[in-house]
Amino acid sequence: MIIDRAFALKIAFGVLLFACGAMLSAVLDNYYLQVGTTLAMLCSLCWAWNIVGGYMGYPALCMISFFGIGAYAGGIAQAAGVPETLAWFVAAGVGLLFALLLGVPLLRLKGHYFAVGTIASVEVLREVANNWDQLTGGAIGLNLPIHAGSPDEVGRYFYLAMLGLAFIAFLVTAIVDRTQFGFGLRCIRQNEQAASMVGINVFKYKVGAFVLTGVLGAATGAIYASMVAFIEPKDAFNIIMTIEIPVMVMLGGMGTIFGPLIGGVSYVILKEFVWAYFINWHSGLLGLIVVTVIYFLPVGVLGLTWRDIFRKFGASKSTRPVTSDIARSAS
Amino acid sequence: MTKATTPVLELKSVSRLFEGIHAVDNVSLKLYAGEIVGLIGPNGAGKTTLVNLISGFLSVSSGDVIFDGESITRKKPHVIAQNGIARTFQIVQPFARMTVLENVMAGAIYAGHRGMVQARDKAIECLEFTKLAHLKDMPASELALANRKRLELAKSLAMNPRLLMLDEVNAGLNSSEIDEAIQMIRSIAATGITIVVIEHLMRVVTALAERTVVLHHGAVASEGPTEEVMRDPKVIEAYLGNKFAQRFAETSGVPVARPA
Repeated sequence: MIIDRAFALKIAFGVLLFACGAMLSAVLDNYYLQVGTTLAMLCSLCWAWNIVGGYMGYPALCMISFFGIGAYAGGIAQAAGVPETLAWFVAAGVGLLFALLLGVPLLRLKGHYFAVGTIASVEVLREVANNWDQLTGGAIGLNLPIHAGSPDEVGRYFYLAMLGLAFIAFLVTAIVDRTQFGFGLRCIRQNEQAASMVGINVFKYKVGAFVLTGVLGAATGAIYASMVAFIEPKDAFNIIMTIEIPVMVMLGGMGTIFGPLIGGVSYVILKEFVWAYFINWHSGLLGLIVVTVIYFLPVGVLGLTWRDIFRKFGASKSTRPVTSDIARSAS
Repeated sequence: MTKATTPVLELKSVSRLFEGIHAVDNVSLKLYAGEIVGLIGPNGAGKTTLVNLISGFLSVSSGDVIFDGESITRKKPHVIAQNGIARTFQIVQPFARMTVLENVMAGAIYAGHRGMVQARDKAIECLEFTKLAHLKDMPASELALANRKRLELAKSLAMNPRLLMLDEVNAGLNSSEIDEAIQMIRSIAATGITIVVIEHLMRVVTALAERTVVLHHGAVASEGPTEEVMRDPKVIEAYLGNKFAQRFAETSGVPVARPA
């Protein structure tokens, strides 16, 4: 694990941010706690997705499969009398098994085929949840025991729980970023053949990343289920969310530690703004934003360097080293 | 050069079929520690296929590959790499969005079995050896061709290989760059690493390889000390051509048997 000053500062900044977030819970009213919980939830999902989608570069569109599996696993466990916190761990375990089950066949695919395979998993799972009445309650939904306490206490409790999970996702990302596991994922993103030739067990690494993403996603789903105390298939396996999460990470910067946070927060702000001012057009405008992000900012905000920005806005005063072009034409 | 009695790598009647065509046909070879072996042959002779078979990137149709007394015939590429076989690619394959240093570290971490910090030290050492240390923070995609070839070499070296297969590392380099590369390859071999040089540049083969294997239509057409192989009428006919043979004879002063 290489720890340099920049990395230490990033971690310190992250810890500070989460500490502030936790302390804010004492003063925020219920509405802002709700907003904060949603933000923390989206950021956990973004950090989870970032491992497979960002570091490894696989276009996984199954984030909501993990989320929904976790929501149902936790929900069913709780409905059967398992204590809430234990149910979250059960859900994480189910998420692990499910990621293995889904990952082992799907990770043999690449590119578009992988994307289609993963998005299909969302549809399949929603249909299963819709039709397996005895287990999931079917389309009517599943009621969970309601967390005891006043609305304020409950709001604060789930805010802190979600924030805690987001913090875990952040730490996992930081560790992945700096260890040979994450380094291997970055190699795989760029060239799988070359990665195996330097001795990386490509398949094992890919499954490992998928499992990490799955566990974090399922845990998020389980906490969400406990919070809303009622889940139904179209809510737990929401196809729009499975697209939105990758867009958020792209917006922030794929394969970076803070990209998911920046992307998640700015996407939510953008979305709220569009909702508030363009209620009739919001779907179209959000679609436009998605396309714009993918087209103009594929590296995300954090992927930009100052050099890129200067190059874009001051082409004549470009600092780009001309030597490389000359060298290229000469060789 | 002292040669151990047991070979580092042994191929036993290795064949590979592509839809009924023998890309590699019943090849048997032995490579010993610290030697440099040339592998030559016309385009499509199966040189790169042979490298792909040894490195596990293609599976062997029949026959056995034995490395260090252990069969690696059915092993996965990453296991073979970890066991100590490194290769470079004819078309260089850097991790384009990583820096030069990170590229070499990748070799040191997984096959070299090092932690991140030791890997960085090893990578810098390898970069100094290949004279790339001053470019260590540059993205690999911005390197010129000669340096990309060197990067491949540095990455393979960082893997701590016992056997290194160089697939046309000199193609596209200019004369002085080739001279430097030859020096570099020699000093690698001096550390006891067995090297297979796949080349179309006969100048490189004659300068480096004590022993040369000629592949033609997937099969070994000739094998032996480089000087003798170069004079083999079969080799001249299949690959070198009469003009080269004449020039080689003039420079080495030994008459050449003309193919009938």
